[in-house]
Amino acid sequence: MNTIEVRHLTRRFGAFVAVDDLTFDVGQGEIFGFLGANGAGKSTTIRMLCGLLRPSSGTARVGGIDVGSDPEAVKRRIGYMSQRFSLYEKLTVDQNIAFFGGIYGLSGDRLAARRAFALEMAGLRGREGALTGELAAGWRQRLSLGCAILHEPPIVFLDEPTGGVDPLSRRRFWRLIDELARGGTTVLVTTHYLDEAEHCHRVAIIQAGRLAALGTVPELKQVFAGRPILEIRAPRPVDAMRLLDTLPEVEKTSVFGTAVHAVLRSAETPPGEVAARLGSAGIAAECRVVAPSLEDVFLDVVERSA
Amino acid sequence: MRRVRHMMRKEFLELRRDPRLFGIVLIAPLLQLMMLGYAATTDVRDVPMVVVDEDRSALSRDLIARFDASGNFLVVDSVSSVAEIDRYLDEGRAWMALTIPAGYGERVRAGGGAAVQVIADGTDANSTNVALGYAGALVASYARALAASTGRGRATPLVGADIRVWFNPSLESRPFMIPGILALVLLVVCTTLSSMAIVREKELGTLEQLNVTPLARWELIVGKLVPYALLGMVDVLLVVGVAVGWFEVPLRGSFALLFGMSLVYLLTALGLGLFVSTISRTQQQAMMTTAFFFLLPMVFLSGFVFPIENMPRVIQPITYAIPLRYFLIILRGIFLKGIGLDVLWPQAAALLAWGLAILTLATLRSTKRLA
Repeated sequence: MNTIEVRHLTRRFGAFVAVDDLTFDVGQGEIFGFLGANGAGKSTTIRMLCGLLRPSSGTARVGGIDVGSDPEAVKRRIGYMSQRFSLYEKLTVDQNIAFFGGIYGLSGDRLAARRAFALEMAGLRGREGALTGELAAGWRQRLSLGCAILHEPPIVFLDEPTGGVDPLSRRRFWRLIDELARGGTTVLVTTHYLDEAEHCHRVAIIQAGRLAALGTVPELKQVFAGRPILEIRAPRPVDAMRLLDTLPEVEKTSVFGTAVHAVLRSAETPPGEVAARLGSAGIAAECRVVAPSLEDVFLDVVERSA
Repeated sequence: MRRVRHMMRKEFLELRRDPRLFGIVLIAPLLQLMMLGYAATTDVRDVPMVVVDEDRSALSRDLIARFDASGNFLVVDSVSSVAEIDRYLDEGRAWMALTIPAGYGERVRAGGGAAVQVIADGTDANSTNVALGYAGALVASYARALAASTGRGRATPLVGADIRVWFNPSLESRPFMIPGILALVLLVVCTTLSSMAIVREKELGTLEQLNVTPLARWELIVGKLVPYALLGMVDVLLVVGVAVGWFEVPLRGSFALLFGMSLVYLLTALGLGLFVSTISRTQQQAMMTTAFFFLLPMVFLSGFVFPIENMPRVIQPITYAIPLRYFLIILRGIFLKGIGLDVLWPQAAALLAWGLAILTLATLRSTKRLA
């Protein structure tokens, strides 16, 4: 059974269409990633699913409830954490937990158990009395998540939860999300970090409000079937790129760190041939076929749907 | 209901960590009341006055001495010619000039009419009016005294008005102004505080977090309102205490009624602030909206500064939309006249209706979901 069912979901702001006819399902216990550039419509979608924003047309059922007609019932079943730090900075860790626990109607033993869970999860045991505003970003973010799921919601929405957090904290955070999903919680997460999307069971790529691609990461990488990607390392990558763009075998090029990625039109073209062409132009280059990364996929999808 | 309690608790915890707030709630009202209590007075005292005594007789000196001794005037200098007066008035060293012409004493003694000239600086029309009133009264009573002592005037006029002033017999402005300042201070403090209430959470991003919880709108509003109302009540006690204890404004009516009506008034002030909070995006916006769109017009149109009866007929109906108007009548009534609800009920009802209306509006305005 699908926990989230989205059908033709659309949101307009005046003449601007922020979310355009989205349709997808998310299953129970799934980590569903929403990938897209800033302004692609990720947050707007998540805000509609949380009942914060009314859909212009289309429907969305979250936990079996239609968000358009009964957003308050949806709110009892979800946890939500946004990119903005959403705890009270002037309250201590414990006071924040007590407040959100109280708002979600927890009390007595259940509150005590959930408080212990949240402290443990955030790694803040022993620092219950610390002012939340004085915690480092990584801790605050884990505490935010802890507070958002105090009431053990079956569905959790995370809107760019790892913005402004160091890589180590990001890794810890994703471990928490994995654990949640293993426990049966459905997680819908938006991000623009491509490496994070690799943690997702399925990924939807949003471009200009439209669903540009949807599938597991290996499925998405299938767009490069029959179109090998060459990684070219050369001392002057820009010159190399200019030359590569003139070759008929090369579909397109893009810069990847210090290297250049060239998508070939056919799997038949040997990498050595491209290296030889560069060499004859005076560019000593190292060429090898690489597996497509999610970044290759993202750029390809965005380019083709634009 | 439990959620409301959690909301209130959180609000108090946040307030306690905000030292600025302590200043706004406790120090600002006291400071304002003290300053305005002394500054906002329409009594005119020690009007600087320059005299030109061309007569130099015992009688002219006597008149000057009476001016000086009245407490309303202060003779700053004495010059020998009328031409010299200009400089004093131009430089603001004197507001008023008294000229006693040569031969004044002679004519008074002879029982003929004598005139003295009073020149006044009309820049501040209100104060000058009051000062001229004092001067007229002083000269008139002096004339009566002179007439009586020489036995040449009518000691008792044929028709006389026997004037008695009720409620404030000495016609001091302070007993009238202080209750008004009390109302003003409560309005400023409570409206400003509550106008920050929701918009602050908007800025922090915590409002969005609350919007995805099952917390209902009315629970949010009540949870925000009650802590501020309690602080407002502390302010009421504080300012009433200073008004009665320090400024010695007589409290002739019931204190319980005063406190009760203050609560209704707090409701309107807090409701107004909350309403502003719902239509603003930032705390700065809320501050500007409160100050310019609400507080300033209220101060001017409520009858606090300018009597409503003197306003143009087109403007007068607007004053009925201002809660401060009703509370001023209630306060002055309870303080100075000692009247109760039997007289004040229309104002009390209007105030209550205003409060409930603005609170309903604020609750409706703050939706959990954006359209």
